[in-house]
Amino acid sequence: MTTIMRQHLIDPEICIRCNTCEETCPVDAISHDSRNYVIDAAKCKLCYNCISPCPTGAIDSWRNMPADQAYPTAEQLLWDTLPGQIALDAPAEVGAGGTASETPADVERIAAASTAGQGGAAPPPWSAAHPYINLYGIHNPAVATVSGNFQLTAEDASSDIRHIVLDFGNASFPVLEGQTIGILAPGLDANGKPHHVRLYSVASPRDGERPKYNNLSLTVKRVTEDHDGKPARGIGSNYLCDLKKGDKVNVVGPYGTSFLMPNHPGSNLLMICTGTGSAPMRAMTERRRRKFSAGESLGKQMLFFGARSPGELPYFGPLTKLPREFIDMNLAFSRVPGEPKRYVQDLLRERGGDVARLLRDENTYVYLCGLKGMEQGVEEAFTEACRANGLDWQALRPQLLLQGRYHVETY
Amino acid sequence: MSIDYSQKIPNNVHLNDNKTLQRALEHWQPEFINWWKDMGPDDSQNFDVYLRTAVSVDPAGWAHFDYVKMPDYRWGIFLNPAEEGRKVNFGAHKGEAAWQEVPGEYRSNLRRLIVTQGDTEPASVEQQRHLGLTCPSLYDMRNLFQVNVEEGRHLWAMVYLLHAYFGRDGREEAEALLERRSGDADNPRILGAFNESTPDWLSFFMFTYFTDRDGKYQLCSLAESGFDPLARTCKFMLTEEAHHMFVGESGVGRVIQRTCDVMNQLKTDDVAKIRAQGVIDLPTIQRYLNFHFSVTMDLFGADVSSNAATFYNTGLKGRYEETKQNDDHQLTDATYGVLEVANGQLLTVQAPYLNALNEKLRDDYVADAKGGIERWNKIIQKAGIPFTLSAPHKAFNRKIGPLSSAKISPSGQVVSEGEWTHQHLHWLPSVEDRAFVASLMGRVAEPGKYANWIAPPARGINNQPIDFSYVRFN
Repeated sequence: MTTIMRQHLIDPEICIRCNTCEETCPVDAISHDSRNYVIDAAKCKLCYNCISPCPTGAIDSWRNMPADQAYPTAEQLLWDTLPGQIALDAPAEVGAGGTASETPADVERIAAASTAGQGGAAPPPWSAAHPYINLYGIHNPAVATVSGNFQLTAEDASSDIRHIVLDFGNASFPVLEGQTIGILAPGLDANGKPHHVRLYSVASPRDGERPKYNNLSLTVKRVTEDHDGKPARGIGSNYLCDLKKGDKVNVVGPYGTSFLMPNHPGSNLLMICTGTGSAPMRAMTERRRRKFSAGESLGKQMLFFGARSPGELPYFGPLTKLPREFIDMNLAFSRVPGEPKRYVQDLLRERGGDVARLLRDENTYVYLCGLKGMEQGVEEAFTEACRANGLDWQALRPQLLLQGRYHVETY
Repeated sequence: MSIDYSQKIPNNVHLNDNKTLQRALEHWQPEFINWWKDMGPDDSQNFDVYLRTAVSVDPAGWAHFDYVKMPDYRWGIFLNPAEEGRKVNFGAHKGEAAWQEVPGEYRSNLRRLIVTQGDTEPASVEQQRHLGLTCPSLYDMRNLFQVNVEEGRHLWAMVYLLHAYFGRDGREEAEALLERRSGDADNPRILGAFNESTPDWLSFFMFTYFTDRDGKYQLCSLAESGFDPLARTCKFMLTEEAHHMFVGESGVGRVIQRTCDVMNQLKTDDVAKIRAQGVIDLPTIQRYLNFHFSVTMDLFGADVSSNAATFYNTGLKGRYEETKQNDDHQLTDATYGVLEVANGQLLTVQAPYLNALNEKLRDDYVADAKGGIERWNKIIQKAGIPFTLSAPHKAFNRKIGPLSSAKISPSGQVVSEGEWTHQHLHWLPSVEDRAFVASLMGRVAEPGKYANWIAPPARGINNQPIDFSYVRFN
């Protein structure tokens, strides 16, 4: 089987040809002609020496490629723009329609935006299970049946977040914690076209929301306003939140080959999330909780979870019941009357010593999921926590990315 | 080679071991800070700016980002690591071990080279000191300040050499570097281009693209020097200089992008209509380009120069990428083409290579500068607009050397005094052009907002989003 490599490339549209990278490279992997600067994949040792001296960020460009199909330098020299990420996975044999589907453009666009903060998707942890992707496409969706739709937030909360369980009957729809699925909302948009695919993270572990059942769960927040606070009715979320038991739903996917959990004994999870960004964390935590209940010895679980108030924190009840020896839980609330605003980054700073201790452990895997705005604060908190504890986040971060130990999904 | 930040003056040159030098520099330090407060960026000393500071000179330490108030920026002394067994690689001393002390007979020439280079650094900070008041975004304001603090650090780099290796003369020169003022009639900066004003952001972007690129070529030549401390100092400065050219290239590119967008919206190339939308028309951008390109041409010095020959022959200043040149590195019998005006025409005549080294460096520069202009043209092509920017002829609008007495068009034709008078407003920015560009300048200082005449950047700094608070006001 072909191995996937993370190929280091230079974005020709952004590069200003200052030669700093070529000067810096200790193994002469970087060269240029009168047009482009290029990196020889056979020579590059991924030492990252060239990353921080680059004044433009053009050097921080990555594509996952089958190792035997890496872009040769001769081809890179001809580029005017960086090619997009190619669809990687081999055709699956278990697709319902017989042939595998391609990743829809919508899905690629959303996936690219959600991982932009870390410079594109990182490789998965070495001990991740192999994910199935693209089993069902827009033209051959799987049909799932709603087997439950529960409100997770308090009646008086300002948001409506729901736990929706989908059952696949006899259809094969294998998912891993951290993967996403696409929902096709019925009807047409204002231009008379079918609605875009809506992506949701799976909130249940691989063996089902209910163990040994062919079902999975989603955490969905009803969207009633846009990013600027103007009233707007989210097509996908309202469709899902209004579903009743027994309704049929068209599902595509699964998607995601990067944001996956490690499976080796002793691996630690450091999870940071806000709102419905908790879905993949719930999946991973639940996977680990089932193992914990079965008496398996596990690495550490540390969770930082932010919401406006306890009533708006999805899964608040079940979470607070988890044993301390299983998970180190840190909840931050930003709108509790009479209390100062606290965000996940504040807790990260307070727990800086323990966070740094985990980061120092090469078995620790970091997951960040939630609104895009949290990324900066979390990065700053990591920087400070590291600095105060003799680590350098700027130096550590690229190592984590390279080893598939830092995963960001923000929207 | 980590940098010792516990010292008053951060450094990686073991300043602590040389108390006399340390005291002399600590005496100069408050004078520098006073100069910064007087002549550095206007009305911005209290801002928290998201700046890059070198924390070590190895690759991992070049780019450490954090919020800093500019007067608290840790200006210091950083040299690239020494290269074991380095030699003098050119000139009469080729093959000798590189000098760790100043050779007595070359002392005054070397001092002159260092002072000339050093003088440009505070000069550009002075030229740009009012631009923060009219920044088109927080992102651009941050980039301006980054350029400014690094020019300040480059001054430190040169002052260190003056103090460490030139005794009392050196200390006096270091004082004088803080006394000259850009554009001052009585006590101007040494080089002409550094006494021009930088009145608007288009000028600033052009300056960082064209004039800072001259800095790159001068530093590259000095990084070849047989005087090892100068070579190591300049090598490290080059890593910082790259950012300045990035600001210029991407800045002009974004101005062009915005103009093309508006031209396509309006489906017009009528200058008046384009200007009425508050963006800068492409012909005006070409005239600014012509101006900054030609002013920078003069910075390379006279076409035929005995000084250049001496600097090279004595091993003080090499060529661009000297060690990659495939020749004897002494050039005693070689020749090189230089321009002359004869019978109303520009002719290339052969001059002794040693005397033509300024011209050689100028030619290397021109090839590099044209590359970026081509990338700007790609933006225009992509927008489907039939317009091409081009570099003027290197003899155009020269103010020093034998070509200064001739009138040469941007395409390289010798023209009469009368034709120059008639045409030069099509070639160089007019008073009206400058007034129009000035009229667009106004401060935009909200995160994520960009002035109407410029497109947002493709990427933020240090992977931050483009609506990041790159500057926080207090």
